[in-house]
Amino acid sequence: MRIVVAMSGGVDSSVAAALLAGQGHDVIGLSMQLYDQRGDQTFGSCCTLDDLHDARRVAAALGIPHYILNFERQFQETVISNFVREYASGRTPLPCARCNSDLKFSTLLDRARGLDAEQVATGHYARVEAAPHGRWLLRRSADPDKDQSYFLFALTQDQLARAAFPVGRLRKPEVRAEARRLGLQVADKPDSQEICFVPDGDYAAFVTRHEPAVAQRGAIVDRQGRVLGSHGGVHRFTVGQRKGLGISAPAPLYVLKIEAGTGTVTVGPRAALEQTTLTASEVNWIAVDAPGAWLPVSAQIRHRHLAAPGRVRALDDRRAELVFAQPQPAITPGQAVVFYDGDLVIGGGWISGVA
Amino acid sequence: MLRCEEGRARPQTTVQRIYLDHNATTPVHPAAADAVATVLREEFGNPSSVHHFGQRAKAAMDQARSAVAGLLGADPSEVVFTSGGTEGDNFAIRGAAEALAHTGRRHLIATSIEHEAVLNTLKALARQGWKTTLLPVDASGIVAPEALRAALTDETALVSVMHANNEIGTIQPVAELARLARERGALFHTDAVQTAGKIPIDVKALGADLVSISGHKFYGPKGAGAIWIRRGLRLLPILTGGKQERSRRAGTENVAGLAGMGVAADAARATMADEAVRLSALRDRLEEAILRAVPGTMVNGARIARVSNTTNISFDRIEAESLLIALDLEGVAVSTGSACSSGTLEPSHVLKAMGFPPHRTQNSIRFSLGAGNTEAEIDRVIAVLPGLVEKLRTLTRTPARV
Repeated sequence: MRIVVAMSGGVDSSVAAALLAGQGHDVIGLSMQLYDQRGDQTFGSCCTLDDLHDARRVAAALGIPHYILNFERQFQETVISNFVREYASGRTPLPCARCNSDLKFSTLLDRARGLDAEQVATGHYARVEAAPHGRWLLRRSADPDKDQSYFLFALTQDQLARAAFPVGRLRKPEVRAEARRLGLQVADKPDSQEICFVPDGDYAAFVTRHEPAVAQRGAIVDRQGRVLGSHGGVHRFTVGQRKGLGISAPAPLYVLKIEAGTGTVTVGPRAALEQTTLTASEVNWIAVDAPGAWLPVSAQIRHRHLAAPGRVRALDDRRAELVFAQPQPAITPGQAVVFYDGDLVIGGGWISGVA
Repeated sequence: MLRCEEGRARPQTTVQRIYLDHNATTPVHPAAADAVATVLREEFGNPSSVHHFGQRAKAAMDQARSAVAGLLGADPSEVVFTSGGTEGDNFAIRGAAEALAHTGRRHLIATSIEHEAVLNTLKALARQGWKTTLLPVDASGIVAPEALRAALTDETALVSVMHANNEIGTIQPVAELARLARERGALFHTDAVQTAGKIPIDVKALGADLVSISGHKFYGPKGAGAIWIRRGLRLLPILTGGKQERSRRAGTENVAGLAGMGVAADAARATMADEAVRLSALRDRLEEAILRAVPGTMVNGARIARVSNTTNISFDRIEAESLLIALDLEGVAVSTGSACSSGTLEPSHVLKAMGFPPHRTQNSIRFSLGAGNTEAEIDRVIAVLPGLVEKLRTLTRTPARV
């Protein structure tokens, strides 16, 4: 079978390519150049020029053809513009999930099909499998520390049908061991951490560069609406944030709510961060059809959140409501909520409202 | 490297590779490769040395210099060796600009379809205070002499216009442009990288002051090139050091590479006329078949005033990147515009300068033929190409753009 492997130059996608090639598949390595590599900007851990060279070297060592695709325009249009727009709307975006559904398993998948490839494989830690009744299922990785199913919740049945995650059944140390065994020079390359196009982690500065109009001053208020201070733009805040408020108060204050329309940032004590109910939009149901009645699940509301029990039901074909059994801290609009049954992904959506 | 076979892809069924990217580089002529190997093995001397070893190396270089001069209709003493086209372009432009700076001539003219070696050199000089003008081209990809006439001033130091364009192959009216430059007292440089060895060049008939060429475009090795400098013209060297190349280009010469280029130059001169006829027939066969068999295709640029080996074709509703990869997977090596540092494609600045809309600067493929290509190869390309285009058009969601 001809399979395209999206190669980032990291150890996971390198081993993914090696595993598929070793199984005798006709593997083509594709790497995506996502932003301008000519300038003197320094980029972070993913997809820099060095990473593209690493991908090329791995492909050469594996004896597979490798090409670099220029996806700057598509990345700008799908991922970066969404990232900027979300921050400007007072939400906290999750670009990696957008990139997976709107670029890797969309534009890249299209390109792969044009090259006669039946699947696109990535180095994600997740598992995809065919259920007997013709449905494609997404499961957490065998490595709970590395699981990335949270970032893949938006993949549709058509996308899952063409997705392969060869390292999803391995644990990270096994992946590194496999890379070492094969003599791949990326075996000990550090994991990527930050959002790849903001390597210094200064999201506010990045958003301001792309959308200067977002730097509108606004008020910081308490829950009673009393003005405690001012700020330089809603994009500087995320729910649950404590640092950078510029307010001295007897007890620590946390960002509770961000309203882009009025530029108001509401702060309060830690206890006020706890919420029980959220609504999600653009919901993608994977393991089940949209449930009209309450369905017990465990739900994860950010990458590093231990999924907590609750119940979910569909409000209409694109929205869902989730009620946690116990209040959860800092439920953040713009992040994803993913519903699980054990390691099985039931579905997920984008957090739009919190109550 | 892999320590074991496991994990390595099973050897692909050997596809027969067809190389149609001769404007990027050419396979080294066997006689040129032999010359390189012979010089590397037997003539290791430094050509600047007085002793026997130096003299032998010098003799090898002299022979190469005569051969290159022969290719250009020039006198050997006017030929300065370089590392290739980029150095030649840099030397011509920087060397002339700096040599003439004290005269008050601080204006440089080039065309908007030049190679990056020219465009980026002009940009660098613009940052240092030189005035620069880029001449437009029309949809044929040819510079109008009137445009140069209008751009020339009494401050113009140098005009640089490529002899033939690397992407679309169009031949520029260099002799006429050189005459216009000369009339206003400006020097004229032509980047002849894409014509040397393809069409006859007579530097005197061209009327240029500076002509740069590159060995690996005419079946010589990479890293060897030359610039013809009209006798009596003084350029400021860009590499300073020893007195090599009559103090015009310092540094111990790449003797083996230059010897290889010399052999390639002789071979090109001998076969050029016949090859041009043969290649233009093959090119036309390919071009006509594509235009006939693939809907939504157009040739970019003038089809008459064109080097015989090149055709640049735009494919509606196709990303050139995808077609290039699909062709490579079928064993057919082609190219698009220029590649950027990662090796991905950027919209062609040449097609942009010709006034084409953005999609057409990214849906065009360059086929550049050369010595090894046969009719059977061209027919195989004709056989596989329409199906690949059809598949890319159905399986990808590039919207139709008219």
